[in-house]
Amino acid sequence: MRRKPLFLTLVALSALLLIAAPASARLFDPEHGGSPNADRIDTLYWIIFAIALVIWVMVEGALLYSLFKFRARRGAVAAQIRGNTRLEVGWTVGAAVILVVLAVVTFALLPGIRNPENSGPNGYSGALLAASPVKKLPPNGKSLNICVNGQQYIWRFTYATDCSKTTALDPFAYERMVVPVDTTVTLDITGQDVIHSWWVPALGGKFDAVPGYVNHTWFKIPASKVGSVFHGNCAELCGRNHADMVADVQAVTPSQFEKWISRQQQLIKQADTAAAQQRKQFQNNTTSPTP
Amino acid sequence: MAATVDTAPALKPTPQVTARQVTAPPRGMTSWLTTTDHKRIGIMYMVTTFVFFLMGGTEALMMRLQLGAPNNTLITPQTYNALFTMHGTTMIFLFVVPMMAGFGNYFVPLMIGARDMAFPKLNALSYWLLVAGGVVFYGSLFFSAPEAGWTSYTPLSSIAYSPTNGIDAWIFLVHLTGLSSLVGAVNFYATIANMRAPGMGWGRLPLFVWTILVYSILLILALPVIAAAVTLLLTDRHFGTHFYDPSQGGSPLLWQHLFWFFGHPEVYIMVLPGFGIISEVLPVFARKPIFGYKAIAASTVVIAFLGLLVWAHHMFATPSPSVVLVFFMLGSFLIAVPTGVKIFNWIATLWRGTVEFTTPLLFCVGFIGTFVMGGITGIFLAVFPVDWQLTDTYFVVAHLHYVLMGGAVFGIFAGIYYWFPKITGRMLNETLGKTSFALMLVGFHVTFLIQHSMGLSGMPRRIYRYPDVGNLATYNMISTVGSFILALGILVTVINVVRSVNNGVIAGPDPWKANTLEWFTTSPPPVNNFDVVPRVRSVEPMKDIRRQVERQETLVRA
Repeated sequence: MRRKPLFLTLVALSALLLIAAPASARLFDPEHGGSPNADRIDTLYWIIFAIALVIWVMVEGALLYSLFKFRARRGAVAAQIRGNTRLEVGWTVGAAVILVVLAVVTFALLPGIRNPENSGPNGYSGALLAASPVKKLPPNGKSLNICVNGQQYIWRFTYATDCSKTTALDPFAYERMVVPVDTTVTLDITGQDVIHSWWVPALGGKFDAVPGYVNHTWFKIPASKVGSVFHGNCAELCGRNHADMVADVQAVTPSQFEKWISRQQQLIKQADTAAAQQRKQFQNNTTSPTP
Repeated sequence: MAATVDTAPALKPTPQVTARQVTAPPRGMTSWLTTTDHKRIGIMYMVTTFVFFLMGGTEALMMRLQLGAPNNTLITPQTYNALFTMHGTTMIFLFVVPMMAGFGNYFVPLMIGARDMAFPKLNALSYWLLVAGGVVFYGSLFFSAPEAGWTSYTPLSSIAYSPTNGIDAWIFLVHLTGLSSLVGAVNFYATIANMRAPGMGWGRLPLFVWTILVYSILLILALPVIAAAVTLLLTDRHFGTHFYDPSQGGSPLLWQHLFWFFGHPEVYIMVLPGFGIISEVLPVFARKPIFGYKAIAASTVVIAFLGLLVWAHHMFATPSPSVVLVFFMLGSFLIAVPTGVKIFNWIATLWRGTVEFTTPLLFCVGFIGTFVMGGITGIFLAVFPVDWQLTDTYFVVAHLHYVLMGGAVFGIFAGIYYWFPKITGRMLNETLGKTSFALMLVGFHVTFLIQHSMGLSGMPRRIYRYPDVGNLATYNMISTVGSFILALGILVTVINVVRSVNNGVIAGPDPWKANTLEWFTTSPPPVNNFDVVPRVRSVEPMKDIRRQVERQETLVRA
């Protein structure tokens, strides 16, 4: 009897958790809202959560019930049961059935998560859209392709239709990726030095950037999110400054995007010319004294 | 058959010569350093690994201090990376796996009625290899500690990106502790297969011994793979090979496959003996036979088998075809079935029993309650599209601690409180034990429950600082406070052990009225364990013996 308080606390604690779970759904909600695939992952998560919650309550409930109901009392005699085949087969099959349900749900939602969908009617339709022969594209074959390259400790984004044939003149940016809304963006992700992992939580799952491999994913930011910036962090340990390797994705309108692209191209060209001049100057300076 | 019946000593009423001479048990430092007695080796294992547990725990507390506030500058990124590498490696290679070997060493021979392990000298070698591994690893603290995490993914662990010798120290730790475990595993296997008491068939083997048997088989299957993997890493680092170098035709994913082919069975290597401890302790304090002995033993084997086939669920975010992802998702689902069976059987063992709330039982219950949570979050992670959101975040950190703290550490503490009387001859203090349990349980859940939410809000693991966005600051503060409550709980057990070794209540041979043979001998047992090994007639030989004694007493009185 003296031991009762401890167990009452335990019961109270579990009850509190149970109440807290639905009351503060945000506490248990994965990031989403930036792309349909992230939203579908969120849906899948909540389906599993619902099934899991029921199982959890049942198992923990059965555990606590048998503890308190059958605690040692004067005169109580333990039933000498060694097993019950029917019961044991029952719960084995039961567990298997739940898993089959989970698998079916996953397979139903998988294509919408894995396969890119078409851009919306108000999406970007400029020169950078093109088909790629090597990977999964939207059904109409059109997406804005970006080559994502992880480097210690920064992300480089090159806007090119074929990531194996990028040139110095392809528009690129570091750390902040600018994309048009309502447009399907496909990513070719690789790592330059060590393994990194591309992850902007609101836009979908992680995809590792592995040197020597190309990983693929996609997102499509709804038009309502124009002007938003989505934050992400490298998700695979990549060295001492792993914590500081961040990525931002800025959603703009297609016309703003076209302006941004041409400005990037112009800036890159300017910088290249300036660099070429400097190189020449440097070469002249160093070569002239020697015969 | 006739021969076995003739030599079964318990059946013979005539006195037997069981020892030709009696020597006093050796004492002093040298006797410990040179011992081949499985009990002394077991004690050395348990003490050494517990010291490593405290070291790994201190590293965890330092990390929690750093993460207590956003943008904290307490610890440098270099030190932080070294801390989580040391913490993970210590807890896995130097604490949980060898702690289970410690329990196995002490109790397998006693539970099966053997006088020692099959190869006593080899047994001593396993222990000293473990010590060597620990020394090599912690020696790197004085030079340059490894910083690539306990997984040491290449190319981060290659010479170009980890030029100091910390990774080499880690490689040698894996080799030395790996050899230690391999030698130990062979020894366990040989002992269990050959040295069981008369009458103890496979269907009467104690469930803890079953799990140590499966633990040994898993070690024998998994360890050579990691040994090969780290050897390739060593030659890549120092002898010009390119096994993992993509620019020379190697593959960084090769490392991940080899690592996790070992790494996932390693999880079961860590938790199965914990399951074994639970299966021994629960029936004793429910005063009821274990429910479904065969199902529990069989599920151990099934978990081990399936555990060998699911390694790539650690790699769902790598560039892999959908069919591979689906295979490993379904494989991981399957493991939930035998694991669920175990949990249901344990609960059914309590059902209609007379449950005595002793400290070992409390730790068992804490184990089941916590492990169920870890198992359920495991289902989330097995669904690979959901895993894409959750992997490499604090959600996974929370999951793995629910599994390993729940599955292994609570199991180990149940084992400590249950078997301490046998090892030392004295009882641990129950009040301190219960205080320790309450603090540990509350501290654990305060620390780790909130980490699920951190991960869901987008906090990756292994980062030394985080920005002050959303509720991250509050979540992390809660977690840090919890970790110190947990540490306090562990400290109470340390105090309890230190106090009780010399001052605890004298235990006697069988203080719990338990079921298995280790309680048949004195506490602590003599060097030769048993003068007479009784014939085993059921899964609960001690129950039979007590019943027989009662019958004889009534006969004498009548």
